[in-house]
Amino acid sequence: MPFTSSPRALWALVDCNNFFASCERLFRPDLVGKPVVVLSNNDGCIVARSNEAKILGIGMGEPEFKVRELLLMHEVAVFSSNYALYGDIASRVMRTLESIVPEVEQYSIDEAFVPLRGALAANAGEIADEMWQRVRRWTGIGVAVGLGTTRTLAKIASEKAKKGSGVCLLDAGPEADEILETTPVGDIWGIGRKSDLKLRSYDIYTARQLRDADGALVGKLLGIAGTHTALELRGIPCLDAANAPLPRRSMVSSRSFGEKVRDKQYLAEALAMHASLAGERLRKEKLEAGGLTVHIRTSRHGVEAFYDETASVTLGRPTSSSRDLIHATARGLEEIFRPGHAYAKAGIILYDLAPPGSRPGNMLDLVKPKSADGRNDSKLMRALDAVNKRFGRGMLRFAAEGKREAPWRVKSDRRSPGATTAWDELPVVKC
Amino acid sequence: MHPIVCPKNEVRRCTLPAGRSQAMSATKAFPVAGALPVDPDSGRETAPLFLSPAQAGFPSPADDYVDRKLDLHEHLVRNSASTFFLRASGDSMTQAGIRDGDLLVADRSLRPVNGCVVIASVGGELTIKYFVQRSGRALLVPANRAYPELDVTEREDALIWGVVTHAVHKLAPCPVGTG
Repeated sequence: MPFTSSPRALWALVDCNNFFASCERLFRPDLVGKPVVVLSNNDGCIVARSNEAKILGIGMGEPEFKVRELLLMHEVAVFSSNYALYGDIASRVMRTLESIVPEVEQYSIDEAFVPLRGALAANAGEIADEMWQRVRRWTGIGVAVGLGTTRTLAKIASEKAKKGSGVCLLDAGPEADEILETTPVGDIWGIGRKSDLKLRSYDIYTARQLRDADGALVGKLLGIAGTHTALELRGIPCLDAANAPLPRRSMVSSRSFGEKVRDKQYLAEALAMHASLAGERLRKEKLEAGGLTVHIRTSRHGVEAFYDETASVTLGRPTSSSRDLIHATARGLEEIFRPGHAYAKAGIILYDLAPPGSRPGNMLDLVKPKSADGRNDSKLMRALDAVNKRFGRGMLRFAAEGKREAPWRVKSDRRSPGATTAWDELPVVKC
Repeated sequence: MHPIVCPKNEVRRCTLPAGRSQAMSATKAFPVAGALPVDPDSGRETAPLFLSPAQAGFPSPADDYVDRKLDLHEHLVRNSASTFFLRASGDSMTQAGIRDGDLLVADRSLRPVNGCVVIASVGGELTIKYFVQRSGRALLVPANRAYPELDVTEREDALIWGVVTHAVHKLAPCPVGTG
């Protein structure tokens, strides 16, 4: 258990408010104050809602046809997912944060953990304030900033911040007790439905009760992960990037290179590795991704020109096959790779995650087998995962392949323009 | 976004538990005791074009890649996180050199100063105008006499979206009788 970190170190969690809906509003001031929803791939389910849409009672993940009347009645602005836009704006948000603090750990498409140590921790209030303000000003996206001595506390603080003034610090003391008391255990980061039920059966309903619960009991009920959560609630950091709970709706896999990379082939391989790892995690969580964003960039502090680009690839159909994901990363890289740069970091974000069969698909799903190129990968992936589980991760790997066209177009009738990603779809300004 | 009425005194929500936020004045610039890496006012990403001063002897192999093509993007985009491209539509800014169909480069990180060209959101629409402060009023002023000035001092539905730094205009050939 790492007790070594300095007691004054803090974590900030920066979370974009209603991210997809906020992106849709960026160039559409007429939608400010109006209900906005975004639909998943193939226009199936609601994947994002503005506050106004939440108030109307439109549920997260609800199939569009079930709420169609409500949408029409209240003149809700309905958009198909525009992941090219979201990916670009998300990368702007991350870069804006990087202009304030040296280290930003993107957690999901619209959230980042920011470690604040030493002088940064001493000025955490001002820094959080500046992050809140600068991200909004530079990118047009509102954020909530939660501060806490652990990631779990920062996460809870960010939820409070969202409902309050935008920034919230969860420190020791009576204020923290109050916040933890009003946080249901089920809302704690990493406490799933099953754990929630178990805790409730032992009369543990709030984060404060879990924090103060007997450690042995928590260990018995929830295992090591639950023990970590309880300790984190006490302000003892136990989670790092590797063992933190996975985000629910998107998945990030990215890493800085040890040495600068100029070779396209090497970048492609690194991205294929990320795709393969993310695919494995997807299958473990029994999820499929609807699309992914490829991200490559040079060093901010290098001597050369700064290059930072993202490309989003919408998958022909949701998939958890590493093979499909690798193809998609290759296509994304093709779009954004520029020779001559010394790349420092590459990664991917998987988004539009949902369990297989949970979304209303298009009719082609009924007649075609799985996987984007018409092959069924599920057996192959099972075998792959079994081998890697037995002989160690990476024992069986893909030779990264070239690009391939998606055999059919994704249905997305209501997609907003590629306002930041396509020359012929730029937002229009009246003059 | 910048509220038009008070560009210097930005609306700012109180954020932290009482006591902490007291120390922060609303107009204070951000530097925090030298702890931060980037100049917060400009927030600029700059990359030197020439790194190695002329010197005798063999050039360092590490400098091999420094000579590269000029990239117009670098000239137009100082802050890639906050810079957006938009398309102009209409003729209210022709005297400012902005014509129908021009490509606009807008940087949201820049503070609007008196007289600069801005993209403003007015009544739910994005529009490009001069931002002018005159005798305590905030005005959106067109660069074409055929259009009226717009006083937005008291308008709640008016915000400055970003500051326009460049207009990229594609030249068309002279229609008839060249020269």
